[in-house]
Amino acid sequence: MIRQAIAVVRKDLASELRTRYAINALLMFVVVTLAVIMFALAGETLTPAALTGMLWVVMFFAAMSGLARSFVAEEERGTTMTLQLLASPMAVYLGKLIFNLVLVLALNLFIVALFLLAMDQFVVRQYDLFWVVMLLGSLGIASATTIIAAIIARANTKGTLFPVLSFPVLLPLLMAGIHATKIAVEDARWDAVWPDLQLLGSYIVVITTVSFLLFDFVWKD
Amino acid sequence: MRVDAEHISKRFNRRAVFKDISFSIETGEVFGITGRNGSGKSTLLRIVGGLLTPSGGGIRYTLDGSMIAPERLHQHIGYVAPYLTLYEEFSAEENIALYARIRGLAFHRRDAQDLLARVGLPLDRKDPIRAFSSGMKQRMRVVFAVLHRPPLLLLDEPISNLDAEGMRTVYDLVAEFRARGTVIIATNDNEDIAQCDRTISVEAACCPWRPHDVRGGRMMSVEAA
Repeated sequence: MIRQAIAVVRKDLASELRTRYAINALLMFVVVTLAVIMFALAGETLTPAALTGMLWVVMFFAAMSGLARSFVAEEERGTTMTLQLLASPMAVYLGKLIFNLVLVLALNLFIVALFLLAMDQFVVRQYDLFWVVMLLGSLGIASATTIIAAIIARANTKGTLFPVLSFPVLLPLLMAGIHATKIAVEDARWDAVWPDLQLLGSYIVVITTVSFLLFDFVWKD
Repeated sequence: MRVDAEHISKRFNRRAVFKDISFSIETGEVFGITGRNGSGKSTLLRIVGGLLTPSGGGIRYTLDGSMIAPERLHQHIGYVAPYLTLYEEFSAEENIALYARIRGLAFHRRDAQDLLARVGLPLDRKDPIRAFSSGMKQRMRVVFAVLHRPPLLLLDEPISNLDAEGMRTVYDLVAEFRARGTVIIATNDNEDIAQCDRTISVEAACCPWRPHDVRGGRMMSVEAA
């Protein structure tokens, strides 16, 4: 199953690099959003906590604009049936999860790099803690959005449904992620952030397990 | 592969497509599914292929005396249909490499070239298959179906868009598969039906009150072609 899943990831990466459908849209979205934030806040002094909130807002909406592509693209091209005939549902889910994880990690890395470059007031006190939170946050976003993308892929109003369904599912992750990032930026104390890290870890385990159990029903019919 | 379908029915919301269809197909048989447009031939074929869940009834697949688990069914099925879309951003050879990798098969360029030559596709085309004609795309679908040498070949209108040479290729493959597996063809084409050992009319088998052609007859009837 792992080898099949890796082959699905390779297929999606090759397809994405050839069509540049999601990558271009995501990069443009991030650059435009950051530019708007910079224009809106020109001359203003913001606390690191407020900037942390903005960082997560950009990460959330960037994920909303690109991560549904993993399944929506198969549906729009009409290749869902081809993939159903090629691979087991578990291999497809795992492959799409890994692809979304690669995409969201690269995307969040790009967002954080731009934030650090463009926002002078955004200073991270402890990078170890900050990157652990970013990694767990990215894992959680990829895990939740992969199964939601599979659910909404056949709906007519998929563009609207994806953020609407994702928001309540991602809310616990967003709250823990924002709080933990604030601590990494301000206090930089591991003991203060431990409950948030536990919540993020538990969230990832629960969502991924439920997704594996549900995916067979979502993928067929 | 032996296929035993028992009391299959399918509804889409409130609309019943067919109900109570039963048949058994032995290894080495070429079995035809006929019926008017909209009668549910493709739906029945998708159910046999594990792509749709029946609303009632079930199907057993037996290969060399062992039952095949539903989650492993895709490994044993080859499927050709005009509505099957391949990865059109890749070339023919890239598509074959992709199918082989996902199926866990070793990819050899020479084998891919042999397969393309077998279905009459040019070996030197490096452009994406979105540039192919509809007949060439149908030949690629045949490649997709037979690459992993499945014991069950499901063909839905297999000669659509094909020229005489393409039709011959498909019928040669059907003859080859008859020797080592099972073939099911959903069609209304007389030449396709002529390849079959037996046929079933979906309308006659499930809904005798509906008008159907004279090949049908009684409930759950299966007849010699």
